[in-house]
Amino acid sequence: MSGSKTTTRITIVVMVILAILPPVFLWTGNAFYLDLATRLVILAIAAVSLNLILGYGGLVSFGHAAYIGIGAFAVGIPVYHETYGGFDAVASYGGAFHILLAVGISALFALVTGAICLRTKGVYFIMITMAFGQMAYYFFLSIEEYGGDDGLVIDIRSELPRVSLDDPLQLYAIAYVSLVIAMILVRTIVNSRFGMVLQGAKGNNERLVTLGFNTYLYRLAAYVISGAMCGFAGALLGNFTTFISPEMMGWGRSGELMFMVILGGAGTTLGPVLGSATFILLEEVLSSITVFWHLPFGLMLIGVVLFVRGGLMGLFKGKGD
Amino acid sequence: METMLNVSGLRKSFGGVTATDNVNLEVEQGELHAIIGPNGAGKTTLISQLSGALKPDGGTITFRGTDITNRPAHARARLGITRSFQITSLVMEMSVLDNVALAVQARAGHSFRFLRPARSIVSLRQAGLEMLEQVGLAARADDLTVALSHGEHRQLEIAIALATGAQLMLLDEPMAGLGPQESATMITFLKGLKGQRTILLIEHDMDAVFALADRISVLVYGRIIATGSPDEIRNNDDVRHAYLGEE
Amino acid sequence: MDYTLLFIQTLNGVQLGLLLFLVASGLTLVFGILDFVNLAHGSIYMLGAFICASLTFMTGNFLLAVLIALPITGLVGYLIERFVARNLYDRDHLDHVLATFGLILVLDTSAHLIWGPEGIAVPLPAWLDGRVTLFGDVVVPTYRLLIIGTGLAIAAGLFWLVNYTRLGMLIRAGASNRTMVSALGVDIQTLFALVFALGAMMAGLAGMLISPITEASISMGGEIIITAFVVIIVGGIGSMKGAFVAAIVIGLIDTLGRSFLDDLFKLFMSSDAAETSAPAVSAMLIYIIMAVILALRPQGLFPPKVR
Repeated sequence: MSGSKTTTRITIVVMVILAILPPVFLWTGNAFYLDLATRLVILAIAAVSLNLILGYGGLVSFGHAAYIGIGAFAVGIPVYHETYGGFDAVASYGGAFHILLAVGISALFALVTGAICLRTKGVYFIMITMAFGQMAYYFFLSIEEYGGDDGLVIDIRSELPRVSLDDPLQLYAIAYVSLVIAMILVRTIVNSRFGMVLQGAKGNNERLVTLGFNTYLYRLAAYVISGAMCGFAGALLGNFTTFISPEMMGWGRSGELMFMVILGGAGTTLGPVLGSATFILLEEVLSSITVFWHLPFGLMLIGVVLFVRGGLMGLFKGKGD
Repeated sequence: METMLNVSGLRKSFGGVTATDNVNLEVEQGELHAIIGPNGAGKTTLISQLSGALKPDGGTITFRGTDITNRPAHARARLGITRSFQITSLVMEMSVLDNVALAVQARAGHSFRFLRPARSIVSLRQAGLEMLEQVGLAARADDLTVALSHGEHRQLEIAIALATGAQLMLLDEPMAGLGPQESATMITFLKGLKGQRTILLIEHDMDAVFALADRISVLVYGRIIATGSPDEIRNNDDVRHAYLGEE
Repeated sequence: MDYTLLFIQTLNGVQLGLLLFLVASGLTLVFGILDFVNLAHGSIYMLGAFICASLTFMTGNFLLAVLIALPITGLVGYLIERFVARNLYDRDHLDHVLATFGLILVLDTSAHLIWGPEGIAVPLPAWLDGRVTLFGDVVVPTYRLLIIGTGLAIAAGLFWLVNYTRLGMLIRAGASNRTMVSALGVDIQTLFALVFALGAMMAGLAGMLISPITEASISMGGEIIITAFVVIIVGGIGSMKGAFVAAIVIGLIDTLGRSFLDDLFKLFMSSDAAETSAPAVSAMLIYIIMAVILALRPQGLFPPKVR
């Protein structure tokens, strides 16, 4: 509920910067920064999706990266078969088909695993979502045809009408617009009657049940929406990197997603974007200093947990109000 | 006049401890039926089984003719039973009005509605404000629930119970932790509800109980040892011995 | 049906189960008493293996190395408790998870810094490196028998500790009764530090025991921690008995599944279909089992008593 003027202003400013700066980088010959921004924006979509259930719903899903992987393979596998044959039913270069597959399979996976996970709570929930995430990881890892842990490389990107994803700027534009839509979508859901139930259940589940809400169903719906949205992000990521591997869905990636949400400010509209940006920048800066950058990074993560409550948005709120 | 609630042979044990020991109880429409008993008698356990928060080991619970023994809590709420909690149970991070509006929202059936911002739906906000006015909390409507005093929390619990429109209200020690002034206000308020709603009231505050109750049941070690009018209970030897006499 | 292979794989399954139990018991102990979720437990397993490996090369004696590495690993556990965990007891489990996730990065990278990116093969003394004929065709490496023996001995020791000692009583009293426990005159700080160190030693021991077979490597921590979580979820978080039963069951299912699932599939599907699907299914097998058990009993097989 970031209703305060300061947070709204900051949100708009950041999104405008994200709209303008990367194309400028490209035009001034710094294509590398456009790539960085693309990755930032795509991961931000994934973080926005996780924020819906984690930040607003209080559901700590430690297996969310699975949807990124599913979405990416939903692009990779059809392209692979269209190029090399072997499975005509899914072979296709068509972007619409890829997106449908990414969102659909993610939603299905979320429905089935969510139905089981949501019967538990607290630590159990965290660990079970983690386990299911690993299950998906091992599943894709075990399929020899798609490269196993070497992953899958695609030469053709999803074909979409009127846009070419091979053009980095157009790919960025698609990703950026998707991010804005995702943010608006989550914000609308969260403020709706559905969202009230979800947020209420986060604060006090028993109270909501006593009022007559079957909170299990509401949470499951949110879980499915979140998974589907993250699957879409995965499809974008697969198109961006053209290298699709099960490593995208390991629990380390899930942990990073959680960090983006928490660091940026859980339960805020802009938080996931700030979190993604911080993560990407930290990764870039630290890895250019030392190959052992995970060490200071890990220390920072511990520091954030111990000392930074409310994330970055929390700092801004404090200043503005 | 129908029997709102019919409890028959209700049993619940935790390990070796019998919390509910073959309880039989009838609550008539429109009455305010109080349950009293010494600490540890199992009053909250009983309410939890009636609201659906706890599963009994045996026995049946019938609400307006429908067997609800195996229905989950949210389904019972939909049928028209609501419950307030002995230890305040509110959504602290939301505003006072948000809490009540949720209760009003629950009345409308399912809430799988994703488009309109809930806080802009005038009918919900209006109905919520009316409830808050009834309990005297209208001025605090936009404050965060966590900022309220304990007494105001208890008032809010009642407002929420009212807002659900439930015909049967299970109130678990609404007076808990209230000072004399606040208790008097609460008693007056509950008196005003009599007749409009059916209330099953658990209370320790004897003044409140004798001022409000149409009938009283006495619960000792999980058993109902007596049921009757306030006068009958006051003069009942068993009750005196087990409870009032020890006070 | 190759019964020799079946028996050997069953033995391997029990071995894996016992090692899983060593890791899981520390995890469930720390959760049960400290109410603390430690994702970095797998890293301690890994560090135990590396410390022992280095000591083996220094002393030339594997068993001596284990004996020295154990208290060192316990010390690592104590340091983690002192400097990370202790600050987080008041926070919710999400914070535990995030902080220990950061800790994994720190510990794994530190291991990389100290021992380099390659794994270290740990040599066994000659008398442990041989084989033993149990009966008929069944020949097993001597070392496996040692692992099984050690695992069972530790399990028995833990059982005695939890059920027959004062410390065990405190363990069973649980984290929710912190106030009661300190009211009993017990120094909570010391108890927690002790429990953490004990859990760390057991995880480290598991790492030390497996390293001669699979070599000490940085990725081993990440691999074992998820399986350990599955074990304690299925067994019931906080329950030692649950951890033991679940660990053995999962160890057996995983090992036997990988060996025999394709044969099982061939009974009712074509050979090709069996060979394509079996690896994928056996990789997911323990998660499928976990899902089924949780669908029926969300609290696990032996949930701890209501607090």
